Parts: sequence; C-alpha cells; structure tokens
Amino acid sequence: MSTATVARPAPFAVNWWARFGYLLAVLYCLYALSILDISWDRLLAGMDNGARFLGAMFPPEFKRWKLLVDNLLESLQIALISSLFGVLISLPVGLCASRNLMPDWLTWPARAFIAVCRSFHPVIFAILFVKAVGFGPLAGILTLIFASIGFVAKLFAEAIEEISLKPVEAARAAGAPFLSVLTFAVLPQVLNRFIGFSTYQVDSNLRNSTMIGIVGAGGIGGTLAAAFQRFDYSFVCAILLAIIALIMVSEYVAVRVKGVFQ
Amino acid sequence: MSADRIWQRFTPAERMARFVVFLVAAILLAWSFRTVEIIPEFLMDAPEQVADLFKRMWPVDYAYYERGVHAVLIETLHIATLGTIMTLGIAIPVGIMAASNVCRVPALNWLATFILVSSRSVNTLVWALLFVAVFGPGTLAGTVTIAVRSIGFVGKLFGEALEESAPGPIEALRAAGAPWISVFLKGYWPQVSPAFWGIALFRWDINVRESSVIGLVGAGGIGMALDEALNLFHWDRVALILVCIFAVVVIAEVFVTHIRKRII
Repeated sequence: MSTATVARPAPFAVNWWARFGYLLAVLYCLYALSILDISWDRLLAGMDNGARFLGAMFPPEFKRWKLLVDNLLESLQIALISSLFGVLISLPVGLCASRNLMPDWLTWPARAFIAVCRSFHPVIFAILFVKAVGFGPLAGILTLIFASIGFVAKLFAEAIEEISLKPVEAARAAGAPFLSVLTFAVLPQVLNRFIGFSTYQVDSNLRNSTMIGIVGAGGIGGTLAAAFQRFDYSFVCAILLAIIALIMVSEYVAVRVKGVFQ
Repeated sequence: MSADRIWQRFTPAERMARFVVFLVAAILLAWSFRTVEIIPEFLMDAPEQVADLFKRMWPVDYAYYERGVHAVLIETLHIATLGTIMTLGIAIPVGIMAASNVCRVPALNWLATFILVSSRSVNTLVWALLFVAVFGPGTLAGTVTIAVRSIGFVGKLFGEALEESAPGPIEALRAAGAPWISVFLKGYWPQVSPAFWGIALFRWDINVRESSVIGLVGAGGIGMALDEALNLFHWDRVALILVCIFAVVVIAEVFVTHIRKRII
C-alpha cells in the first residue's frame, strides 16, 4: 500500500481577491463620503430633524379625505388607461423586436425604440409631456404608456425569442398565412407570460402614477408635493398611508389574477 | 360515440374566473375613460407643442457640459454607488430575517416583510421628498433615498435566494457542530453569493437611473441641473442633460450585463 499523501486544497481557503475587493469597496466609500460631503454630524443633525418631522406627521390627518380619494382615483385611472394602451402598443413592438421571427431591418428600429423608452425615468418623460400637453392626467397617461412600452415590449420580445419554433414550422409547412402562424403557433406559447407581464405592469404603473404628479402630470403626487410645500406633514402622512394601502391592495389583486391564469 | 365528446381545456370554474377578470378589467377601463379629465384641445395641440419643444432643444448646447454638467454627473454616479453599497449593508440582515428557512422566528419574518414592503411601496421621488425634508437639500438626502428605496428590492430577492438554497451543506455543517456564523458564511453564502452580486449590480443599474431624477426634488445629482435648466427654459441645456443621462444609463447597462454574464 502506498502512503503517498495527496495534496488537497484547503476546504475553506482564503479568497484574497475577494478580500482585496472588499477593501477597495471600503476605500471607495470613504472617498465618496468625503466627495459628497456626508459626515456623521450631518447625519445626526438629520436624525434630530427627522424626529421633529415624524412628530409633525403623527397623527395623520384625514379631514380632507375627499380630495385624497379623488386624486387617488385619478391615479388609478391614469394607471389603468396607460396600461391598456401600453400593452396594446407593446404587442406589435415586442413582436417586431423578436429576432427569431422578424428580419434584422425591423428588429433594430424596434429595439432602439424600446431602449429609448427604458432608458429615461418616467419622471423625465412626465416633464416633457407636461410641456407638450399641459398639466393634468393626459401627460401622466402618455408618460406611463411610454414607460410601459419600455418594460413590457422588452419582455414580450424575450418571451417570443424563447418559444419553441416547431409549431411555427409546422404551421408554415401547412401553408398558414403569417397572421395564423402568430395566433396558432406563437400566441399559445406566450399568452400566460404576457398576462403575467401585463398584470405586473398595471401594478408598476399604479406605483408610478402616484409619483408623476410631483412634476404636474396628474394624480395623487401633485397633492403630495403641495402638502410638502405647505409643511402640512400630517396630511402628507395620510397621503402616504393611502398610497401604501392602495399598492398593497393592488399587489393582492395581482397575485389573485395571476392565480386565475396559472 | 367518442367522436362526439367535446374536449375543453379549462373547468367551468376556471372559465368563470377568467371571464370575471376580463369583465372587471373592462368595467374599470370604461369607468376610467368616462371620468378621467382630459382636455381635448390639449391633445390636439400636442404635435405642435412637441415640434416646438424639439426646435428649442436643437442645437444641443454641448459647450455647457464642462461648466455645468460634468461635476453633477459624477456626483450622480457617486450617489448611486454609495447608496447601493449602503443598501447592501442593510439588506443582508433584513434578507436573512425574511428567509424563513434561515430565521425561524415568525415575528422577525413578519417584521422583515414589513420593512421590505414599505421600502418598495413608496416611490423613489416620494422618499426623496421625505429625506430632503429631514436632511435638507443635497447629496446626503439623495444617498439615503437611494439606500432606503433599494432595501426592498435587494432584501426581497436576497431572501428568496436564501430560501432556495440547498439544505445539504447546511445540515453537514450543523452536524459537524459549526456555530451559526460559520453555517452562514460557509453554508449559505457560497450558494447565494452569485445571485447576491447579480442582484446588487442590477440594483446599481436601476439606481443610476433613479439618482438622475431625484435631484428634481432637491436631492442632489444631475436632476438638480435638469431642474434649473427647466425652470430657466434653457431647452438646449435640457437636451444636453438628457443626452448625458441617456449615455450614462446605456453605458451602465452594458457594463452590468457584461459583468453579470461573467459571475453567473
């Protein structure tokens, strides 16, 4: 019997690269803190301020509940309408952007359009649309349509790219026209995921619709920003609680809807 | 006789549920269309206004970059990065608390879920408004905003990754008598670390986007320059800032996709 010892790597070897990385991260943090002029004193002063702020917020004041409910409903309307148009526009755009079904000259422009929609934060779109169509829910709707296209069309395209091409080939071999190929070979494979993305987008639009009002695009955000400017913090608290409640309800509904289509 | 049989994919209850979902969606949409306050003149006027907007934006004022944009652009990136790093510090314990296989105290699970949900439910801009009120305008408010807002996202995904980790190595370590810190570092962490860094990078990418707008409410970064240019109707500068944001966002996304491919 040979008694040659086998050199085994240590089971819990020290990963020097990782340690070096952590060190770099710590150094970066110190550097960034000094650049951004963030110090412990300011943080403590802020805590002090924050305590007073929280004190002013509680108890929340629901006296103007009518205004609150009206604006929340407007947010909801913006979210619903923009989701409808967003998804409707995303269907053809996503299809055009899928590289397994469409030629290159069509996928590139579609992908570029999606990239532009995705790159800008909804607030930036909101500012531009407020300039274009004035204050009010219309600007919010247009904003969220673009935001929806950026997200949903991209996922649609990815879902279509992942389908099995066998049914497509079969349908084509049987001489089906393009539209029939889509409805009978492509759509059944992706419909469930489409519905998932769409419900997610409704949820996401609802979140965003509570915020774009800050720049004047309708919904509860305008009321919130106004309350902040009037230092009416107890009303701010009421608005925030209402927004959180609305979003929790919508999350619950989204889960239920997804359950129905599972 | 078997040819007469009608095959149906869904049970009547399933079809009913689907029908109800579509009906409710249609009713809600109809209600929205009927009651939303849209002024048709504004919609008709839109193409003209958009054309006017682009005319004012052109030519882009590139000369302004050196003077007014470069510094705030770098500041934006610092806010996003520092905010993300701060988030990781908070999201790791919260994520551990949220994972029911790691933390077996239901009360702590609930507390973690509450923290995660409240962080995600309030929009970035709203958090920014809050923290500007607390810390005063500036980068501190922006960094804290980014950090607090990201906890929900990172903590939720990290907690889910922990819940999906294989129990084998954990049991082996426990059986060998390892203390919980070793169980975590040598049992859970190696399993979830690729997912964790992937989540962190993804969130950094999102944070670059978000930190470019929180300045609109005074929380530092390029958004403050954008706000100033908008208020002064310097549309050519607005165009420059938008081009810069677009470029940075695209570069960040390409960078993140590239690294993610290597670590996952």
